[in-house]
Amino acid sequence: MSEWLSVADTAKKIAAGELTAVRVVDTYLSRIMNHDRELGSYLAVDGEGAREAAKAIDAQRAEGKRLGPLGGVPISLKDVLVTRGLETTAASKILEGWIPPYDGTVVEKLRAAGAIVLGKVNCDEFAMGSSTENSAYKRTRNPWDTQRVPGGSSGGSSASVAAGLCAASLGTDTGGSIRQPAAFCGVVGLKPTYGRVSRWGVVAFASSLDQVGPLTRSVHDAALVLEVIAGFDPRDSTSLDVPVPPYTDALVGDVTGLKVGLPREYFEGEIDNEVKAALDKTIAALKDRGAQIVDISLPHTSLALAAYYLVAPAEASSNLARYDGIRFGKAAQGAKDLLDLYMKSRGAGFGREVKRRIMLGTYALRSGYYDAYYKKAQQVRALIKRDFDDAFGSVDVILTPTTPTPAFRFGAKATPMDMYLGDVFTLSCNLAGLPGISVPCGLTSDGLPIGAQLLGKPLDEATVLRVGHVIESLVGLRDQRPKAVS
Amino acid sequence: MPALTRKEVEEIALLARLHLDASELDQMQGELGAILEHFAALAQVDTNDVQPMTHAVPMDLRLRPDEVAPSLSPEDALRGAPVKQDSVFVVPAIIGGNE
Amino acid sequence: MTELAQLLETWEPVIGLEVHVQLNTKSKLFSPSAVQFGAPPNSLTDPLVLGMPGTLPVFNRQALELALRLGVATESKIRAKSRFARKQYFYPDLPKGYQISQYDEPLCEDGRLDIIVGGAVKRIKLERIHIEEDAGKNTHVGQFSHVDLNRAGVPLVEVVTAPELTSAEEAAEFMRSLHRLVRWLEISEGDMEKGQMRCDANVSVRIRGEERLGTRTELKNINSFRFVQNAVEHEIARQVRIVDGGGRITRETRLWDADLGSSATMRSKEEANDYRYFPDPDLPPLVVDGGMMGTILRTLPELPAARFTRYIEQHGVSPDDARTLISDRALAEYFDVTCKLHPGERSGRTIANWMLTELLGALNAEGKDISQSPMQPATLSELIRLVEDGTISGKIGKEIFEESYKTGEAPTKIVERRGVQQISDEAALWEIVDRVVTANPKQATEYANGKDGLFGFFVGQVMKQTQGRANPVVTSDLLHKRLGR
Repeated sequence: MSEWLSVADTAKKIAAGELTAVRVVDTYLSRIMNHDRELGSYLAVDGEGAREAAKAIDAQRAEGKRLGPLGGVPISLKDVLVTRGLETTAASKILEGWIPPYDGTVVEKLRAAGAIVLGKVNCDEFAMGSSTENSAYKRTRNPWDTQRVPGGSSGGSSASVAAGLCAASLGTDTGGSIRQPAAFCGVVGLKPTYGRVSRWGVVAFASSLDQVGPLTRSVHDAALVLEVIAGFDPRDSTSLDVPVPPYTDALVGDVTGLKVGLPREYFEGEIDNEVKAALDKTIAALKDRGAQIVDISLPHTSLALAAYYLVAPAEASSNLARYDGIRFGKAAQGAKDLLDLYMKSRGAGFGREVKRRIMLGTYALRSGYYDAYYKKAQQVRALIKRDFDDAFGSVDVILTPTTPTPAFRFGAKATPMDMYLGDVFTLSCNLAGLPGISVPCGLTSDGLPIGAQLLGKPLDEATVLRVGHVIESLVGLRDQRPKAVS
Repeated sequence: MPALTRKEVEEIALLARLHLDASELDQMQGELGAILEHFAALAQVDTNDVQPMTHAVPMDLRLRPDEVAPSLSPEDALRGAPVKQDSVFVVPAIIGGNE
Repeated sequence: MTELAQLLETWEPVIGLEVHVQLNTKSKLFSPSAVQFGAPPNSLTDPLVLGMPGTLPVFNRQALELALRLGVATESKIRAKSRFARKQYFYPDLPKGYQISQYDEPLCEDGRLDIIVGGAVKRIKLERIHIEEDAGKNTHVGQFSHVDLNRAGVPLVEVVTAPELTSAEEAAEFMRSLHRLVRWLEISEGDMEKGQMRCDANVSVRIRGEERLGTRTELKNINSFRFVQNAVEHEIARQVRIVDGGGRITRETRLWDADLGSSATMRSKEEANDYRYFPDPDLPPLVVDGGMMGTILRTLPELPAARFTRYIEQHGVSPDDARTLISDRALAEYFDVTCKLHPGERSGRTIANWMLTELLGALNAEGKDISQSPMQPATLSELIRLVEDGTISGKIGKEIFEESYKTGEAPTKIVERRGVQQISDEAALWEIVDRVVTANPKQATEYANGKDGLFGFFVGQVMKQTQGRANPVVTSDLLHKRLGR
């Protein structure tokens, strides 16, 4: 049963010769065959490529070569990550059939560390959404309750990790798109500090907010994968040129004396009772282990949603201008002139939510509206960042619920605004560029996972992981597995 | 902030080069209107003297040495193009001039 | 006086130019694909140039250095922190759907460029100079347009003048001055035929003495010096005739058609694009550090307009010659080096004469430019010295020049070998003068009787006897003495 092994144990057993990479890959491929018809987490499975890569790893070992830290570990990639020779669609019709001529930096790094790409997983189109319902291709189901969404936008990642259809996955997080699906699917999701992980080869949604991060079944796995994918990249002008610490060393199992801030704005609003109860239990457990619990305030929190839904769509409206059906992707047939080609290719190629955000962003950037919308939002963003700077003057880490509710049913969010409101707890982290993690902290009475979110100082992923690791050990899901695959 | 008019929605769709049919335009008008209403709160915030935050992490632009790397071959460059001829991308005739 | 000239007594044209200059880099502004003219279509691209998903821009340092050189040379204010913005519009030659440019925080502002109008220097204010990337090329073919992205992403600066040019001639002169400057500073080849320099002109007219500017039109697609003058001239005439007839100018963009020699409406203001500029989130602010500025200040050469003035004031060169000398930095450098080797109050003027007539003449005949000159400044100086100190005559000097230019032999050597030193010795010349006059008694009598024209005959005879080596001044003196008047 190699499918539930941790990333570290998988790599260790392969390196020790207790398992072959081919065997591990085959196990995952057969599980995908068995379960993914129902779950729908993968858009494309690269069985052939994965087995080739696995053979190469086994051959390396046979030759006595040292394997990389992820040698033979099968992973899935959110379909916004650019993969050379492997169709990359961002779950959009407009990119259908696009075979990239290059690998993104994180993909290069994973391969260099010996990881094996099993395939591309589903997400909301261009990572815009919170349920993966906006995928142009398929519905992905939550393994804990297949009538419910896996979260989004990295819903294929969270579902594939939770269901044991890969050892780990990479997602992207622009406003919570790693942490929220991680919370919904009972896995760990880490959004690194902006600039920590290269964005080269990440299909852009909102450039000043996007970050790549791991979704894994344990905090230790997340630390391990982050060590591999983090680091300076000269191909990304916003990449931070700072050394990457050994994150696994931070997992000391101790929080004594650490100051954990509870921002009152995150606990006042409409929160599901069971979510609240799980958080209370988590707080009590941390206190019990010697953490200092501090009440803090982040006064501009209520404005984060508005700021986010101006900044992100504005950047998206610009980033998505390149999809015009001329150089790659799909073009409308029978366009009568150039304008018609643009209008129809884009009108037919983009889904409803993507069009909505392009419209919103275009609106916000129009001449005469720029100051009132985009600029104002960026100013409010600065105030939100200032709140965090102030707070981190007195605490080491901030603890909140990841989401106000556990996973909801398909179609439950009737209007876009209803959907957006579910993101209130995760948006600020992106606006401020901070590292954040979601760690499972219990199940509801219906057996749905609940996530606790930790936010850290810029570049202090170590503390976030350290506290997350302790929460995992105190109130985590341990060996409880989702219904759909157990 | 004034409510979003149908004409504005059409103008924005044109600016964004998105073909929307009549029902989509109607729906868009309603949905965007509701979202913009929510944004009205921003106008109440005093942001005098607040520098807009354009980047999540403050940093200076890095400079790349002026060095050449190999280009894609024209075949690779055009591989994904829906309409091409020889080694150029083909689009419907452009009327009027350049930008 | 023509009808138009009459109208221009009342109406004053006002012209502002926006000039795009390609920066001379090896790679593109934001990616390492090569910059090259005339390569096969779409052979100079990479995922970024094609606007592929997931690509990100990384800024070319050389482009910044070149742009700063221009900023410093035009005495612009350099922003310590400037910013890249996205200018958004849909066009097939614009792969990302936006152009990375600079908007409200450009690299350079408030500069000036001195142009030479009618032998005097006129200072034109530059509102801004900013860095941006070029678009690709669309070629219209029947019902389709073909898109070649080789040029997409090539680094440009856009130079924007204040509306301070007042004639088509001045507009053309501005272009020539800017062209000279960018070549001078080795910022750009500035070859308009290769699209390395392109110009849009904003033209308006107003009643002379009026402060306020009239409604302007924007002329696009001007890609030669001649077209600048023609297009602006044509537009001035068009506008002046409209306003003089009581009409109004429509704010619009017009496209210049060089073949037809006229312009046509491209789009009116109502159809004007909303470019939705915003700071590019992929590019942090551009910070110019002191080290880079220091290097640029230290290595900036003396500029053409400064040299123009210096050549006239210090070297006594005529304005026309000074203008020619500064038309090319290599030519000016040649002149300066020769002057340094050849000090003397009037020597600058003499050197300019030799350079511009003999040397350039010889080079032009071979289709060479000054940098390919086989004759070095030291050789030219040596030759001029031989003429100046009377060793050879000016006429012989030209022959020696030709030979030295062709063979590379030192002028002194040629003079010695050919024995063409000038005869200035009075005793020696007197003998010849005496012999010539004695041999031609009839002409001597006629000259004595007042036939002045015969003096030349005697000079010619002396030259003939000396194979042209007789010093003409001394010869003339002695002849007057011998002939009695």
